[in-house]
Amino acid sequence: MSLLEVKNLKVRVEDNEILHGLTLTVNPGEVHAIMGPNGSGKSTLSHVIAGKPGYEVTDGQILFRGEDLLEMEPDERAAKGVFLAFQYPVEIPGVTTWNFLHTALNAQRKARGESQLTSPEFLKKVRAVAKSLNIPQDMLKRGVNVGFSGGEKKRNEILQMALFEPAVCILDEMDSGLDIDALRIAADGVNALRSPERAMVVITHYQRLLNYIVPDFVHVMSKGRVVKSGGKDLALELEASGYTQFEDAA
Amino acid sequence: MNLVLAKNETGRALSDSFAIARDRLPGTGTVAEARSAAFEAYERVGLPHRRIEDWKYTDLRALMRELLPLAPAPDAAALTRAAAAVKLQAVKGARRLVLVDGVFAPKLSELGGLEKGLTVRSLREVLEAGDAALQTQLFTPDDTNPMVALNSAMMTDGVVIEIGNGIVLKQPLQIIHVASGPAPAAMYTRSLLRLGKDAGATLVESYIAADGAKIYQAHDSLVLAIGDNSRLDHVRLVEDGREAFNISSAVVTLGAHAHFNTFGMTSGAAVSRYQATIVFAGEHSRVETNGVNLLNGRQHADTTLLMDHAVPHCASREVFRAVADDRGHSVFQGRIIVRPDAQKTDAKMMTRALLLSDDAEADNKPELEIFADDVTCGHGATTGALDESLLFYLRARGLSEKEAQALLIQAFVGEAIESIVNDHLRELAIAAAQRWLEARA
Repeated sequence: MSLLEVKNLKVRVEDNEILHGLTLTVNPGEVHAIMGPNGSGKSTLSHVIAGKPGYEVTDGQILFRGEDLLEMEPDERAAKGVFLAFQYPVEIPGVTTWNFLHTALNAQRKARGESQLTSPEFLKKVRAVAKSLNIPQDMLKRGVNVGFSGGEKKRNEILQMALFEPAVCILDEMDSGLDIDALRIAADGVNALRSPERAMVVITHYQRLLNYIVPDFVHVMSKGRVVKSGGKDLALELEASGYTQFEDAA
Repeated sequence: MNLVLAKNETGRALSDSFAIARDRLPGTGTVAEARSAAFEAYERVGLPHRRIEDWKYTDLRALMRELLPLAPAPDAAALTRAAAAVKLQAVKGARRLVLVDGVFAPKLSELGGLEKGLTVRSLREVLEAGDAALQTQLFTPDDTNPMVALNSAMMTDGVVIEIGNGIVLKQPLQIIHVASGPAPAAMYTRSLLRLGKDAGATLVESYIAADGAKIYQAHDSLVLAIGDNSRLDHVRLVEDGREAFNISSAVVTLGAHAHFNTFGMTSGAAVSRYQATIVFAGEHSRVETNGVNLLNGRQHADTTLLMDHAVPHCASREVFRAVADDRGHSVFQGRIIVRPDAQKTDAKMMTRALLLSDDAEADNKPELEIFADDVTCGHGATTGALDESLLFYLRARGLSEKEAQALLIQAFVGEAIESIVNDHLRELAIAAAQRWLEARA
């Protein structure tokens, strides 16, 4: 069974149809890159998979391990193993990062019928994960993303990915707002989490990110559809020729 | 015509209850005269209503309708019920002073081993046999406010605490007001804390209901006098029963180089009003006042503060957070007066309200009256809902809707709670907020 199957997905926001019948199949261990120009529907796809309110699915379905994802609340999806790394992680003043992570991890464990982690158990776990990703401990004491640089915010997303151990990670424009050094650090974090069981969907506007996170498959989106799929070379081809050819094709 | 009738009806009923209650009210001579004068002052207005500007958002004629009869002195069964409730609320390490149905309960209080320089007496004792100066100080609250006047007339008991010069109490004092039983009744209490020079203390006030207590009215007032170079930390937690009324006042006076840090949280009572007047009487003093309302159902909670900068070189900070769910109604009225001589005053007030439902309401009324020209004064007020993007972020990380809301509400009230200096007391406030959040989950 595939891990994630998006079938003929049609999505509208108010009166505009954004996705016009999108199909995508992701198996365990695979890394898929979704590329496309601004407005092609890349972020909408990531939001609909994660369950963000405000989108109306008019047709098609999304299955996660064969279950209907669209019937689930966002927190149920998270507990089942769907993780969205946000393009713009929000700042939450007054909630420390470590309290947030502890609450979230225990909420997911509870939903799966697993035991709750006590504060010392959690601390031990989160410290080990932070260390493996070279994330300084004092970041955990600060308010969630409050005063974080763009790079720190993305590292916090990767820290969560490592901590929650999801089955599928959707990385929404992870490269936006990052300089080349920050990008490399973030990509190293993602690569460390690649495994035969875990799949990744890397959404990006630029080919640059894919030099660091090398995909197995590349899909080009335009005007709410996948217009071309191929191997990692497709990204290089796009870098040379641009998206214009596909806009005409769509 | 109807209104006049209503007032007369209310007035007559109360005149009767004042007459009936008189022989239970302590004090003779000047005390009795002061009571009668206060009662007349109350009768001139009766229960305050929306046409009185200060009561615009809290119309007691509509909300309270009538005054309940004076609660009988608690019997053994009432004390037993109260003791059980006190056990759940007592602050670890604090000296408990318990008022049951408005009557001081020595058996439930801790009066042994008083620290040097600390005296604790009941209000009854002081009104019956105290010195004239102390009795006069007990009547300082302003009887032009009808609910203060009513309290002056009817005050039955309370706690009178005196802390001598140079005495810094290590042990916090906790006054616990308990309503003991199901019979609808009113309690009238007044307490006083006098802190000498170079002294320090922590005072906690808790308002609670014993199991089975339903409709009751807690009418309380507090007089705080903080001497030169002294510091008072004050925490006030209103966790009255959900059908109860809590109408409380405070008058606080600070000497020079004094410091008053106060935090109040209302999560209980059907209708509550806390009106505090803080007067800077000496220079170079500082006040931080922080408050939180956590309301749901049809709860109504009003905090009305008057910060009176009467002298130069003083600073005040007001931080207020309101959370209202369902048809909850939160009111904050903050008035800052900077008198002509009070140059170099530094006064700031910030209020924020969080509305969790379409029917919830929050009224913020800041008023600045500045008569000096070399001052820093500012105020700000915001009202809004929980940020959808924050909620979605938390839900995408596995928190249910209620859990995500609870975390954001905690963060929202956190700034005010963090102002509590004492670790135990801060935890107490956090626990009270948790109880409210769990009750709505």
